[in-house]
Amino acid sequence: MRFMMLMIPKGYENAEPGTAPDPEAVAAMMKYNEALQKAGVLLALDGLHPPSMGARVSFEGGKPKVTDGPFAEAKEVIGGYWMIQVKSKEEAIEWAKRCPASENEVIEIRQVQELSDFPADVQEAVAPFEEMWAQSEQPRGS
Amino acid sequence: MKATDTHRAIEAVWRIESARLIAGLARMLRDVGLAEELAQDALVAALERWPDSGIPEKPGAWLMAAAKNRAIDLLRRKTRLERKHAELGRALEARQDMATPDLDATLEDDIGDDLLRLIFTACHPVLSTEARVALTLRLLCGLTTEEIARAFLVPEPTVAQRIVRAKRTLALKQVPFEVPRGAELAPRLSSVLEVIYLVFNEGYTATAGDDWMRPRLCEEALRLGRILAELAPEEAEVHGLVALMEIQASRSRARIGPSGEPVLLLEQNRALWDQLLIRRGLAALARAEALTRKLGGTPGPYALQAAIAACHARARTAEETDWPQIAALYAALALRAPSPVVELNRAVALAMAFGPAAGLEIVDALAKEPSLKAYHLLPSVRGDLLRRLGRFDEARAEFERAASLTRNGRERALLLDRAAGCAREPAPRPS
Repeated sequence: MRFMMLMIPKGYENAEPGTAPDPEAVAAMMKYNEALQKAGVLLALDGLHPPSMGARVSFEGGKPKVTDGPFAEAKEVIGGYWMIQVKSKEEAIEWAKRCPASENEVIEIRQVQELSDFPADVQEAVAPFEEMWAQSEQPRGS
Repeated sequence: MKATDTHRAIEAVWRIESARLIAGLARMLRDVGLAEELAQDALVAALERWPDSGIPEKPGAWLMAAAKNRAIDLLRRKTRLERKHAELGRALEARQDMATPDLDATLEDDIGDDLLRLIFTACHPVLSTEARVALTLRLLCGLTTEEIARAFLVPEPTVAQRIVRAKRTLALKQVPFEVPRGAELAPRLSSVLEVIYLVFNEGYTATAGDDWMRPRLCEEALRLGRILAELAPEEAEVHGLVALMEIQASRSRARIGPSGEPVLLLEQNRALWDQLLIRRGLAALARAEALTRKLGGTPGPYALQAAIAACHARARTAEETDWPQIAALYAALALRAPSPVVELNRAVALAMAFGPAAGLEIVDALAKEPSLKAYHLLPSVRGDLLRRLGRFDEARAEFERAASLTRNGRERALLLDRAAGCAREPAPRPS
C-alpha cells in the first residue's frame, strides 16, 4: 500500500516568498529521510514553496478563476510530502511518529488510491480514457 | 486505544524493527536461531505490556532490552543447569572456544552492518535455495510461516520444517555471522541477489486468481533490494537488480487483462505503467552503470536485464522501442550469462530491428538445442518469423507444434488461431 505523509506546518500559509527552513531542522529531517530510505520504504519526497509563490484555480459558476497566493482563507497548507510503500496504515503512522517534526507541525497520513481499490464499474469508466491517452501518444502516420 | 488497534500498531512496529533486532542479537549470540527465538520473546513481552503502557518512544530499544534480559535469564538457567550436571559428576561438553556472548554490545555498533551480516547468513550457499528463501522471508521480511506457505503454495509444516532445519544447518556448520570479504564476496552476493530475485519472480508471475500473498512477494523483494542498495552502495549489481525489479513492477497493473488473462509487454496499455517506479528504476540503473564505469568493469547480468527493461520503459509506444539497442544488450548478456533463452530473445530483438531473416538465422541455430526441445516459445517465435517472410505453410506447422507444447489453454488457443491464420493466407506468387 502506498501512503502520502503530508507535512502541514502552522504558519506556512503566511510565509513570505523565498522562505528558507532552519538549517538545524533541515539536518534532522535529512537524517529522517535517510532512515526511510534505508528501510526501503521511501518512494518519493518533495518540499513545496509557500503559497505566497503559488496560485489557486477555483470553479465557481463553472468558469475557472485564478487567485494568486497567499490565500486569506487557508488555515492550513501543505509544506511538503513523503510517499512511502508500507504494509498497513499503522505502519505509515508509526513512520510519521518518528519524524523529527516541531511543535507547530502536523503530519496527515493519506492512502494513495490504486485503481484496483475501486469497484468494477469505476474501473470500467476509467479504462477508455486510459486507452485514449495511450493512443494520443502514437506518432502520426503510423 | 482498542485492543485490536494496539495489536495492529505493535505489528507495524514489529515490521519496522524485527530484522534489525534479530540481526543485532545474532551478532551478540553468534546464533541466528537463538536470536530469532529471543526476538519473538521480546515481541510477546511487548504484546503483553504495551496495550497498557502504550507504545514506547523508542520501541526498537525497548525490544532489544527485553531480548537481552531474556538472554541473560537463559544463560543463568543454562549455567545453573551446567553446575548441576557438574555436581552429578557428569562431564560437561563445554567447548573451550565457545566464548561468552557479547551482551554488553551497545547502540554504538552499526546496526546496518548487522543487518548486512544477517542478509548474507540467511542466503548462505550451504542452505538449499528453498531454505534460503524461507529463512530470508522469515528473518528479514518478518513473514509468518503461514504467509510463506501461502505465497509458495506449500503446506505450512513443510515451511516450518525448512526453517528449523536451515537454522540447525547454520549452527552445525558453524557458519560465521559475518559479511564475506575479498574473493568470497562476489559469489556470496550472487547468492543473495538470486534469492531476492527468486522471491520477486514468484510474486511477479502471480495471476489474478492467486492468493494475495503472492503479489506481496514483489513488495518484499523490492523492499529488501532497496535496503541492500543502501547497505552495499558500491555494488553495481545490487543497483542493477533493484532497477530490474522497479521497472518490472512498474508494469504490474498493465500485465493482467480484464478477464485475468496475461497481456504481452508489446500489447500492454502503457498509460498503466507506473512512472514513479520507472523513474526510480532508471535512477538505480544509472547508479549501476556509473559504478561499473568507475571501476572499469563490464555490466553484470542484472544491470543488462535492467537496461533491456529500461529500453521498453522509455518507449512511449511499442512502435518507438529501440530494438537495435535491445539486440545489442542481449548480445552483451549472451556473453555475460549465456543461455538458449537469452539467444532466443536476442533473435526476437534482431528480427524487430533488422527484419525477420536476421532473427531466423539465430533461431535455426537453436533448433537442436536440447534444453529448448519442449519450450513452446521456440517454435512460436520461429513461426512468427516465417510468417513475416511469407513462408506460410512452414509457419503454420511451427504454430501447431508450439500449440502442442504449451500446457496453458489460453496460449494454445492463441497459437492454433495463428496457425489457422497462416492457412488462410494466399499462396505466395511466383517471383
